[in-house]
Amino acid sequence: MDLVIDNITHRYGQTDVLENINFELKSGEIVCIIGPSGCGKSTLLRFIGGLERPTSGRVLIAGEPPAGSLNPLTYIFQDFALLPWRTVEGNVSLVLEDHGIRGDKAEAVIEDVLRRTKLSDFRKALPRQLSGGMKQRVAIARALSVNPAVMLMDEPLSALDSQTRELLLDDLVELWSREKFSACYVTHNLAEAVRLGHKIIVLSRRPGRIRQVVEINMPLAERAGRLAELEETQRHLWNLMRDEARAADMELADVA
Amino acid sequence: MSLDTMNSTHPAEVPQKRVIAPSGAKPVPFRGGGFKTRKFGYVGPLVFIVIIAIWEFGSQSGIISPIALPAPSEAFGAIQDLVRTGQLWTHLQASLYRLSVGWFFGSMLGVTVGLAIGLFSVARAGISPIVSALFPIPKIALLPLFIVWFGIGEGSKVATILFGTFFPTVIATYGGVDNVDRNLIRMGQSFGLSWLSIVRKIIIPGALPAILSGFRISASIAIVLLVAAEMIGAQYGIGAYILMAGAIFATDQLIAGVAMLSILGLTIGWLIGKAEQYFLNWRT
Repeated sequence: MDLVIDNITHRYGQTDVLENINFELKSGEIVCIIGPSGCGKSTLLRFIGGLERPTSGRVLIAGEPPAGSLNPLTYIFQDFALLPWRTVEGNVSLVLEDHGIRGDKAEAVIEDVLRRTKLSDFRKALPRQLSGGMKQRVAIARALSVNPAVMLMDEPLSALDSQTRELLLDDLVELWSREKFSACYVTHNLAEAVRLGHKIIVLSRRPGRIRQVVEINMPLAERAGRLAELEETQRHLWNLMRDEARAADMELADVA
Repeated sequence: MSLDTMNSTHPAEVPQKRVIAPSGAKPVPFRGGGFKTRKFGYVGPLVFIVIIAIWEFGSQSGIISPIALPAPSEAFGAIQDLVRTGQLWTHLQASLYRLSVGWFFGSMLGVTVGLAIGLFSVARAGISPIVSALFPIPKIALLPLFIVWFGIGEGSKVATILFGTFFPTVIATYGGVDNVDRNLIRMGQSFGLSWLSIVRKIIIPGALPAILSGFRISASIAIVLLVAAEMIGAQYGIGAYILMAGAIFATDQLIAGVAMLSILGLTIGWLIGKAEQYFLNWRT
């Protein structure tokens, strides 16, 4: 299943947020979207998942989602969005219950996704007992349980400290190597983008336009060991963004 | 930069040893501490006992005139009389019945209407002005009307308590719904949860802390209204007992009645505390 982002433009009142965004998300590919704060990258992700509607343009689904995919477009949020009153397994079962998966069937799915995210020992824990990295693992487990065709990740590592981020980044690469999921990964962290992205889309400041699309051909699994080569790409991305980031920093926040 | 790259250069390890402080070095003065709530579980009951003991001593020695304030032992004697004659249960039963029926239905209706206001914009626009207009009216002032509508018997008393608990519950409930983390709702939508599932599994549990603290307030209001309602046309009930004691200046009975109310309030507060512990164990 591929996604086609077809000429999306968006305005809030007088403010142009996004302008003529066009790109394609192919199956098994991770597309990173980077840009200075306030460039509308999270808004774009909400359009892709159908949580908000753009002023004009469409997001199209090409092809059928894989069989058994309960929720083809599945989010992972920056703030994890776990229900604090449910245990780890309760949070996973929340998204299964509505699809009529209960009892032994749900049990099998929960067992499987918690094993894949190394959470099997924490089934009965409440979110408040978990560290930030563990909470995000629970959110990833929850996302995996519905067999997504595309993961929509909204700065999933930004709320974590840098060591945890590094660990989780390795986990994501490992996960991708096994499952070859496709993802749209929004971040402002260039290091994450060059570690995870097959394609990196650089947005300009408001109104957000695509400034450049950078493709990295190095296999994901090799990137951790070849960071020196990625350094050059990262510097290139930073050069693209620097002035806009500075201008964005100086701007008064009048639009959310 | 990644942590991995930092491993590539091996920094020289510095041997660890204790640093000898120069003479005259002083320890950093401690400035923290204080401003912290600590638990003194025994202090509360102790204060009660001390006050009652001083009171009893004052009455025994004649410093406090028995006309102004009866001794605690006399009030205790009045309670013992009530137990002996079986009147205690009659009064308590009548009061508890009115309190539980009025509070239960008032709270249930309040939660329902509060949820409606929280969930539907039309209900919010239509009902919340009425709630704001009726909430500040002392329900006691409406008691004569309630007597006309619901009769002098149980109906008017239950109705007073019901209306009195209804409004604070409505306000607590929709305040709670408004404060549910929007991102959790968005998460529910993004996983394709049905509207009913989002309400049942995300909004109601998320509003529960506010609803329970609303219950705390409405329970106290219910006790105040109970006594007031029982002072009009009730034969039994703690309020009727206090009124009767007041009418014949039996101050020992009056104090006994007031003590029962206070114990009732404490018990309800304790029960709600237990409910919070049980339902909100997920909170830090």
